[in-house]
This record gives sequence, structure tokens and C-alpha cells, in this order.
Amino acid sequence: MQTEHLESHPETFIRKWIFSLDHKTIGLQYMFTSLIFLLFGFSLVLLMRWQLAYPGSALPLIGYYLPDSIAAGGVMHPAGYNALGAMHGTIMIFLGVVPLGVGAFGNYFLPLQIGAKDMAFPRINMTSYWVYFIGGVLMLASFFVPGGAAQSGWTSYVPLSILSPGQTMWLLAMTFLITSSLLGSINFIVTTLNLRAPGLTWSRLPLFVWAQFVTALLLLFAFPVLQAGAILQLLDRIAKTSFFIPSGLIVGGAPVEYAGGGSALLWQHLFWFLAHPEVYVLLLPAMGIVAEILANGTRKPIFGYKEIAGSFCFIGVLSFMVWAHHMFVSGMKTSLSYLFMTTTMIISVPSVAIITCFLLSLKGASIQFKLPMLFALAFLPMFGIGGLTGLPLGFTPTDVYLHDTYYVIGHFHYVVVTGSLIALMGGIYYWFPKMFGRKMNEFWGKIHFWTTIVFMNGIFFPMFIQGLAGVQRRLYDPTVQAHNLVVQPTNVLMTYSAILLMIAQIPFIVNFFVSIFKGEKTEDNPWQATTLEWACPSPPLPHKNFEKIPTVYKGPYEYNVPGEAKDFSPQHLP
Amino acid sequence: MKKTYLTVFGTLAVLTLLTVGVSYLHLNRAGAITVALLVAGIKVSLIAAFFMHLKFEKKVIHGIFYTALFFVLILLFLIFPDIGLSQ
Amino acid sequence: MNQPETIEETVTGIPNGKLGMWVFLSSEVMLFGGFISSYVVLRTGSGFFPIPAKELLGIPLATLNTFVLITSSVTMVLALDAIQKANQKGLIRNLAITILLGFCFLAIKSYEYPHKWHEGITISSNLFGSFYFTLTGLHGLHVIGGIAFNIYILVNAIKGCYTQDHCERVEYAGLYWHFVDLVWVILFPIFYLL
Repeated sequence: MQTEHLESHPETFIRKWIFSLDHKTIGLQYMFTSLIFLLFGFSLVLLMRWQLAYPGSALPLIGYYLPDSIAAGGVMHPAGYNALGAMHGTIMIFLGVVPLGVGAFGNYFLPLQIGAKDMAFPRINMTSYWVYFIGGVLMLASFFVPGGAAQSGWTSYVPLSILSPGQTMWLLAMTFLITSSLLGSINFIVTTLNLRAPGLTWSRLPLFVWAQFVTALLLLFAFPVLQAGAILQLLDRIAKTSFFIPSGLIVGGAPVEYAGGGSALLWQHLFWFLAHPEVYVLLLPAMGIVAEILANGTRKPIFGYKEIAGSFCFIGVLSFMVWAHHMFVSGMKTSLSYLFMTTTMIISVPSVAIITCFLLSLKGASIQFKLPMLFALAFLPMFGIGGLTGLPLGFTPTDVYLHDTYYVIGHFHYVVVTGSLIALMGGIYYWFPKMFGRKMNEFWGKIHFWTTIVFMNGIFFPMFIQGLAGVQRRLYDPTVQAHNLVVQPTNVLMTYSAILLMIAQIPFIVNFFVSIFKGEKTEDNPWQATTLEWACPSPPLPHKNFEKIPTVYKGPYEYNVPGEAKDFSPQHLP
Repeated sequence: MKKTYLTVFGTLAVLTLLTVGVSYLHLNRAGAITVALLVAGIKVSLIAAFFMHLKFEKKVIHGIFYTALFFVLILLFLIFPDIGLSQ
Repeated sequence: MNQPETIEETVTGIPNGKLGMWVFLSSEVMLFGGFISSYVVLRTGSGFFPIPAKELLGIPLATLNTFVLITSSVTMVLALDAIQKANQKGLIRNLAITILLGFCFLAIKSYEYPHKWHEGITISSNLFGSFYFTLTGLHGLHVIGGIAFNIYILVNAIKGCYTQDHCERVEYAGLYWHFVDLVWVILFPIFYLL
């Protein structure tokens, strides 16, 4: 009813591009915003990397233009370094990767893949984007308020975060971002449950939809707990409550003006109850995209469809029971450590199962090395490194040694950057023809791919070496500790890799925008894929997607079915 | 249906009086907590089952709502041994 | 907007709005679950968690408030029952009583808060005060939200927007209102009686 009403009126520019109710426009809004935030978050870390490679030397070119809260006279100071670190983590996770994987791809392709006209609640969908936008603006604005941005890391551990400047803006912005995620997840869940095309049973759902559905459930159940924690921390700051302030806390030689009695560990529990599921929020959409691309590029059904979907669900449930493996050295009861160590080992099983299924999908296939396929193939070993280096962190004996070193940083950057982000970039190349009706340039795409992969490894692999050598994370100046000097040259290597990685994104950005307007035009189904999003025009019709809602007759990955004329058999054809 | 609603309302009222009355008896700590939580649990179930019609809803709704309750229990019971027993 | 939306066929057979409301309420369960879990673990585990004497808490007034809220819950469900039997007057009357009782709850709360401040129980006095004001305050915000939702429904009801077959929104407002009641049923014993 909503949609029919809208179709009958020509839309103004504002209705069509700014306050649009169309899931595709909202998806694109999410995509552009999150890509800008990713670029911004990345440039923050370039500043930090310069400080790590050449501690105490002035930042070249841009040093003098930085605000005083970050650098004085072109040289970064410790508070500025902390602020950049906290904001880099927050921006990359909450404003970059999640909105790209869930907000952009989920919004755009979930309704298309299930054959729906739009999301279940278009207005809530629009609200979700704008609340996210406000949260992002607040987060950026925090650099310019007195006291500067938050300085306590993206984890905002108490009591440091309660007593340090800048945190109030962070908490306010997070409240907006959490609200946005909740609105989005309600929409995704109801849409997936209620609006699937006729014949699209659960065992015929594309794996991308499975991944998005589980992700939405994770967001729904995990985020409110952080919301609770954030409200408690905010009240600790502005109303002088002492939820997280222990009794007898002395800072700078003087007791703090709080009643006390709270527990600092409680914040860590509340935070990681969200943040561990959040890891899978970063990962599952990427895995869903990889599954789509792999099936398409290998031209055969994905190996172990049911096992992968089951593993997604199993990960979803279990991810709520592993959070305290981030807290082994926090002073938590050791008896609890055993429990969380066990659940952590169990949750690695479904992840390995998924990767194994992906690898087995390649067996015996005549692989077409098209652009998206390169990214999907790169995901497998890169995520493998990220996942396997996590195991020593899940065991308490090894974690005690590795905790809070660069090894941890290397581990999760391999998972999120060379894993998730590479897959999401593959998703952009894969679905670009659907979104704009044109293809991205293959040559420049390949340049982008190879340079990106090489430089990403150049940044993140030395982190393992540094971590094993004992270099701590969050260090403003690594040269102050003698044992770090041995590996200091790797810092220079990483910094130049990071700069080159930034330069390597230029072909992508140019290619992206040039292709939108001048790219080679494509037909509706350029990859000869089987899922429903390829059954509608490219780009899909505004507000209704399909000429006629398709009926689904078969599973999602029917490639090379014996006896068929073509090597692919779309879901909507009988 | 109206009769059911009024019966539920009557039960809720009696239970409220009961739990307030018991609180003045100065039971030992464990007893007081047991009674109060038991009564609250019954009241919550009655409201959800009849006023919110949860009893008559489809499995999807049960699934989502009970999953949330399950995760709250996970949160509570896994934090409790760490912080709740520290004294 | 004032016309009741036609309910499209859905896969589960549950209208989008209703499913969405239940999904939303599930996230609310997690939100209050996070707060209440924090309260429980600090209450038993904190070394400094003074509990005010029972006389200071004003149990009779809180009991009255509990009655106000469960009565409003029953009138809300009676409103839905009325419109399902095509009884427009019953809908309007019961909705009006529900809203009135909601305001009544807020009035009693706004009498209770200054009373507590007077007795030295404030949000920053100690952990009990912090949790008390945070949680009842948050619940109060939910009550205000619920009243606003109910007033919106009442205005539409007076305009005659709801019929026997199109009263889904009355049900959605009811679900939210009962949930607010349900939260209070848990908050009442853990703050006043234990």
C-alpha cells in the first residue's frame, strides 16, 4: 500500500535521494557514507603509524594543519595518539564495516534476494539511516569539542573512560548508532520472516540471506546490553553515579568524588557481551558474500549448503557464550576462564566448518577468475590466518603471554580487514552491475586487488612478529622500551605499507565513480547467476524491484545441473 | 474473553497483596527472595500469556521472545559468579 | 496515515507490525535484562551497597502504583476486546481510562521522587539510589512513551479509524503497554520488597 501510493507520484529530489523510503536508495546511502568513514578511519591510522615508525618527529605535509587536541607543532602528543586510536577503532567498526556489510549490502540485496518489493518497514529503514548519520556526525564532531575525542580505546574501559575527557560525546554517538542498528535489525528480521517470495523456503534461501538474518538477530540481542552499559557509563560521567567506580579509587593522589561500590569488571562484561557477537556481525555478512561469489565463480553448487547455514546459526547462538575470553587477564575468576576457554574452542568448529566447505567448493571446479572471485578466493587464506592466530588467544596459558600485544592487533586485523573488508570489496565488484547497470573496469580492479592484498599483508603480518617479541598495543612511543628496539624496523615497513595501501585505493575510488557514469553497460544478469536479485532489471525498479514478484522453484545454487542447456538454472525459472 | 481478563486481573491483585504482605513477615533472606521472585514470575507469565496473548501466538514469536529471555539468563548467570559472589 | 493499513499476506501469517513489535519487545527484554543483571550482581557482590530502611521506601505508595498499572493493563486489554466485538464506545472509554491511569502512575512517581531526595536517597548518594533512579526513571520514560502511543490510538479511535477487522494498531499499542506493566512487576519487588 505504501509502495503503490509512492509509485503514483513523481518524486522530488529530496524524496528520492535524501529522505528516500526505497531500500535500494537507503542501501546506497549507507554504502557511500560507510565508505567515506572507512577512508577517514584509515587516514587516522596513517597519522598514528607515522608516530610509531618515527616517534617524536613531525608529521610530514599535514602535521601543522592538525588540531591542537591531536598534535602540537606538527608532532603528535600522547593524548592525541590515544584519541586517534580510540576513534580509529570506533569508526572502523561501528561506522565503517558494519554499516557497509549490514546497512549497505543487507539493505540493498536482502529484499532482492528474497523477492520482496521493499523492507517490511520503509519508514523505520529511513530513520535507521538518519540516526546512524547523526551518530557518525556526533562521533566526528567530538574531535572539535573542548577536551577532544574519546581517548580510552574503542572498548572504553572504566574507570579510565569515566574520568578522561571526550567520552561523553562518544557515549552519545554510540547511543545513536545502537538505536540505528536496532531499528535496522528489526526490519531485517521481519522482512526475512514475512516477505519471502512464494516457494522460497528456508532450505532455498541464499546463504547471504542466512548470514544477514543471523547477523540481525545478533544485533538485536547483543546491542541493547551495550546500550544499558553505555547509559550506566554516561550516568557515571554526568550524574556522578558509581556503577563502575570501585570503592576507594584514588586518582592522581586524591580520592575521586564518587560514592564507590561499583565494579569496573561489570563494564567489561557488558561491553564484551555485545562486542563478541559484534565480531560475528563483522564477519557473517562477509561470509555470505563469499558464498554467493564462490558458487558463481566455480559454476557449481556450494559444497555443504546445509552445513554452512547450520554453522551460521550455531555461531549465532554460541557467540553469546564466549565473550569473557577477552577478559582472561582482567582479574576475572579463573574458574570462569575454563568455561569460556571451552566455549571458545567449540565456536571455532563452525567457523572452520564454513571455511572447509568453501574450500571443498573449489574442488573439481573450472574456476572463472573474474574480479569478484579474486576477492572471494583471497578471503579464504587471509581469514584462515586471522582465525587460526585466534586460537592461542583463546587458551588462557598462551593468552597471558600474548594479551594486549600487537599479536592481538594482528589477529583481529587479519579477520576484519583481510577477511571481512576484502570480501565486502568483492561484494562491491560483484553487485556493482546490479546497482548501477554498469560494470567496473576489470584491469584497474585487478591492480586494486593485487596491490591491496600485498600491502595489507605488509601492514598486518609484522604485527605477529612484534607481538611475539612482546611489543604492547596502545604504545605512544615504542622506543621507550628496550625490548621493542629489535623489531622497530618492522614499524617502518608497516608504515610505508599503510601509505601505499592508501595510494592503492585510488584506482578503486576512481574506477568506482567513473564506472557509475561511464562503465561498460551490462545486461540484467552479467555473471549468469541464479539467485533472485538477478531476476530483476539492473538497476531494479524503484519501489517495487520486480515487474512481477517471482516464484521460486529450486535451491539457490543450481549451477551445471545435468540435462540443462545452460550451465546455470535461476531460482525463479521452473 | 472478558471473563478471563477479569480473572487474571483478580489473580494479579491478590498476588500483589500477597507479595507485599510476605515482605512484612521478615522471612530469612533466601525465603524472601524465593517468594518475591516466584510471585513476580507468576505475575509476569500471566500478563504475557493472557494480556499480551502470548499463549495464543505462533511459534515464531515464541522463538524470538524466549531466545531473548534465554540470553538474559546467560548474561546474568555467567556474570554472577564473577561479580555477584565477590564478597 | 489515519486509515488502517491493509494487512498484506505474509509468509508467517503474522502481520508485519505485530511481528515487528514482538521483535522490538525482545530487544527491550535484553535492555532491561542488562540493567537488572547489573543490579543483581552489584547488589550481592558490591562491598558498599547500603539498602535504605523499609519505612523510607514508601511501600504502600508503590503498592498503590502497582495496582494502578495492572488496572491500566486490564483496561487496555478490555479496549482491544471491545473493538474486536465492534464496540466503539467501549474502545474509547477503556482507552481513556488506561491513559488516565498512566498519568496517575506518573503523578504518584513524581510525588515519590522528591520524597526520596528529601530522605537523602539521590541518584549519586550510593548504588541503591543510582540503580533506583536509573531503572525507575527509564521505566518512567517507557510509561511516557506508552501514554503517547495510547493517546495517538485514542485520537484515531475517536475519529473512527478502527473497525472490528482493522484494529491491529490497538493491539500493538496494547502489547507495548503490557510490556511496560510487566517491567514494573519485576522492578517493584526487587527495589521495594527485597
